[in-house]
Amino acid sequence: MSIEYFLNSLYLIKPEIAVTIFLVLIVLLDLFFSKKNHLLPFFAFLGLLITGYFVIEQFDIKGLAFVTNDSRAMVTVDSFAAFFKTIVVITSLYFVLLTVNSKEMDETHDRRGEYYTLMMGMVLGMFFMISGSDLILLYLSVELVSLSSYVMAGFAKTSERSSEASLKYLIYGALSSGLMLFGISLVYGLTASTNLYELNALIVVSQANSFVLMFALLLIFAGIGYKISAVPFHFWTPDVYEGAPTPVTAYLSVASKAAGFALLIRFIKVSFVFDKDTLGFWSSNPVFNWQDFLIVISVATMTLGNFAALWQKNVKRMLAYSSIAHAGYLLTGLAVLSDTGLIAILVYFAIYLMMNIGAFLIVILIKNKTGSEELDNYDGLGFSMPFLGVSFTIFLISLTGLPPTAGFIGKLYLFMALVDAKMIVLAVIALLNSVVSLYYYIRILKHMFLAKPKENSPKEELSLQQILIVLSLVIPVIFFGLYFSPIVELAKNSILMLGF
Amino acid sequence: MDNTLLTSYLLIVPLFGALFLIFFPKKSDTAVKYFGLLISLVTFLVSLNLYLEFDQTSSEFQLVDKFMWIENLNISYFVGVDGISMLLVLLTTFLTPLTLFSTWGSIKHKVKEFTFFMLILEVGMLGVFVSLDLFLFYIFWEAMLIPMYFIIGIWGGKRRIYASVKFFIYTMAGSLLMLVAIIWLAVYASEPLGVFTTNLLELYKVGPTVPQTIQNYMFLAFALSFAIKVPLFPLHTWLPDAHVEAPTAGSVILAGVLLKMGTYGLLRFCLPLFPQASINFAPLFSILAVVGIIYGALVAMVQTDMKKLVAYSSVSHLGFVVLGIFALTTESMQGAVIQMVNHGLSTGALFLLVGFIYERTHTREIADYGGIAKIVPVYSAALLIASLSSIGLPGLNGFVGEFLILLGSFKSQVLNSWVYTIFAASGVIFAAVYMLWMYQRVVFGEVKHDRLHSLKDMTASEIAIIIPIFIFIVWIGVYPSTFLGLTESASEAIVKQVLSFSTNVIK
Repeated sequence: MSIEYFLNSLYLIKPEIAVTIFLVLIVLLDLFFSKKNHLLPFFAFLGLLITGYFVIEQFDIKGLAFVTNDSRAMVTVDSFAAFFKTIVVITSLYFVLLTVNSKEMDETHDRRGEYYTLMMGMVLGMFFMISGSDLILLYLSVELVSLSSYVMAGFAKTSERSSEASLKYLIYGALSSGLMLFGISLVYGLTASTNLYELNALIVVSQANSFVLMFALLLIFAGIGYKISAVPFHFWTPDVYEGAPTPVTAYLSVASKAAGFALLIRFIKVSFVFDKDTLGFWSSNPVFNWQDFLIVISVATMTLGNFAALWQKNVKRMLAYSSIAHAGYLLTGLAVLSDTGLIAILVYFAIYLMMNIGAFLIVILIKNKTGSEELDNYDGLGFSMPFLGVSFTIFLISLTGLPPTAGFIGKLYLFMALVDAKMIVLAVIALLNSVVSLYYYIRILKHMFLAKPKENSPKEELSLQQILIVLSLVIPVIFFGLYFSPIVELAKNSILMLGF
Repeated sequence: MDNTLLTSYLLIVPLFGALFLIFFPKKSDTAVKYFGLLISLVTFLVSLNLYLEFDQTSSEFQLVDKFMWIENLNISYFVGVDGISMLLVLLTTFLTPLTLFSTWGSIKHKVKEFTFFMLILEVGMLGVFVSLDLFLFYIFWEAMLIPMYFIIGIWGGKRRIYASVKFFIYTMAGSLLMLVAIIWLAVYASEPLGVFTTNLLELYKVGPTVPQTIQNYMFLAFALSFAIKVPLFPLHTWLPDAHVEAPTAGSVILAGVLLKMGTYGLLRFCLPLFPQASINFAPLFSILAVVGIIYGALVAMVQTDMKKLVAYSSVSHLGFVVLGIFALTTESMQGAVIQMVNHGLSTGALFLLVGFIYERTHTREIADYGGIAKIVPVYSAALLIASLSSIGLPGLNGFVGEFLILLGSFKSQVLNSWVYTIFAASGVIFAAVYMLWMYQRVVFGEVKHDRLHSLKDMTASEIAIIIPIFIFIVWIGVYPSTFLGLTESASEAIVKQVLSFSTNVIK
């Protein structure tokens, strides 16, 4: 590999380089200027903005970085990757804002340096999950994300629940990444390659023992399924989401899920799809029936997520189950195996980011005042805290998927993809699930607006900054509900993936 | 079709009124009340203006306003009215100021929020009646659930939370099925039309060409959503709960307008979009309608609570409307539309009157009353007129609608049997039984409870609310042509559209 080529490859991973530089800088700053570590959030924010600039640049670039021979690239840069990286960057920006505004995180302020280092580490890992096209690199990046998030989940050291969450996360994570690694080694044994582009041809040519291959793919899916909390790899989700500090929960529920989905989509599309017809439907290798598999997983995921959420008394735990359900909806979009389905996933993710971060943000701001996330303590808050109450209502209606909010548009595009593929039954199952979800989302509204307020319920005192952060999420949720062309255009331009 | 903003004003006025209301200071209840009433009156004037501009002889959609909204999906903002929607728009804008005025005494806390939700509700209801794009229609249809949920949930009676949740979930389950059917139809239509569109007028051309089996599924998805709203037997169980727990204003709007959206949906979407399927299912729906008529009447008869009695009478009355729609004759169709208006007026009046007396005595049990004729003569007379209108006494409005529906269903080629008419007609008799029996127990006889002696008669403002309704009750009864003329050509057009695609099905 010539030095020129190496430099050219480095040019393609500018965002990753930027993240790494800021990661190191944060460590150094924390080390040498530990008295001024209250500036670290600003610094991390700045780093993310710069990274974001490089990511946005990549929307127009297509390229393979670190190619060893014909097509064995380690990293793929395309607009699909740029889209998901943008999601990760935006979520990270909100993560910083959420952390700064959360009282819960006050006690950890002496460890700010570690916190933002870990965050940068996660961002780096997620970028490679999104861009990577080699199973070894993908495994390493999944591990990088996981290791950072174990520590983040337990960051509130003094809280027992936080430590418990961290430990549970670690145990489940270790198991599933072990399974994934085993799967990857089996695939390597069968095809003598770990490169996604090569696998596409090799899987058919090698005439691999189909049972072993299927087993290997299931194991790999276990690793990814754990990241996106798909049933039956979801068991860690409720406990970790409930126990972890709320900003971390919000971050895990959007960013690491986005990276997981990007990985899954790229894995399936690059390694198994060899052609697509004029209507945008993909033809995949018959070695593994991804469509039926994903249908089963998605139905199980959304049904379990929604039904389990019905009985929850803790808002954070309820939102954890709801995020499992949303992973189920997203998987239906992938199960279609078509461009329309992919557009639907991208649209849904962009919207999911706003409404889910929004919901967690409100949970944080309410907890700052009341010190509780229990549903019973939300009684009457809609009237004592009108701004938060109304904003929460909008986010919840959007999560349910009712017009005139953006969540409806997400569901609309998913349903359209399903109907387009003549999967009416799956569409009906998804909509019945939405009805179930309505019940628990409006339970929160019921407590906030219909129940009698508690005595001496705290007043709403928000800083201007907090109001602006909430508005920066509420306004798009309404705006894109009424005029969604920009999001759809962006998604349509972002489905381009190298490979078929 | 020239674009005009007139129809859009109908939506803009209450919407901006509601948004403006947010900026009112907290303690200005009186100002909020006057402002809300003013906005709803202006909306009424806009609808009157719309009526004057409306050309009754044409069956086309008029006064349309259309512009591209979402280019990706070829969705446009497209509104307009025909005779049927015109009449329902007038009903909505007429009832809203009356109900708002009627709450001046009874809603004492969170007045601003209440007025806000009522105005948003009005936007949703009007939007449903004027939308000519399925996507736009769906947004209005769903957006209305949220204000109604809060109106029942915040200002309702004892079991208000249960009732509001039940209402919300029931209606949303149905409407999501409709959403899938809308997408299905639009995706299907994108082949013959060449583009994806949710324009209703375009889909009218494609709907009838959908193969019978798929059409049946689509029809059922739409019809289920509407049948829940109507509500058609056996999907009616949310209605008594919602009615009993809702505040009076909520009940009036619910019975007066919201239920009409179900029947309106049936004749605006189900019939013309899926004509073959409609004829296929007409007997089934007519049977359910007739069962609803009799069941509703029988259950109403044994109620001890006045509001519940009126609620169950709604199930019975709406059964007539559904029968009229699926009999598929011009007479029955017109009867159905007139009956929608009648039911809005007479049931609205009954709910208001029950609300008035409830505010005084805080009981709705029939057994707690008796002999109030001498104590509150004006109230008793008003209750009599409303009851007789609900029964369908000739000379009052109810008679016109029921007569036309029965006549049409008797002549109906699609149903082709007089059995429906016989059973439906018995519903009229039952109606007389439960209404008059209730009236007799409440108004006549001995005064059994001493505290009734101190009952006050209707106040001037209460009379002012009820008189406009009575004017229309008599007007429709004596000279229905004003209203029938409005709906005639539109009803004919729908019946023609359905029957033209289905000559072979009938024979």
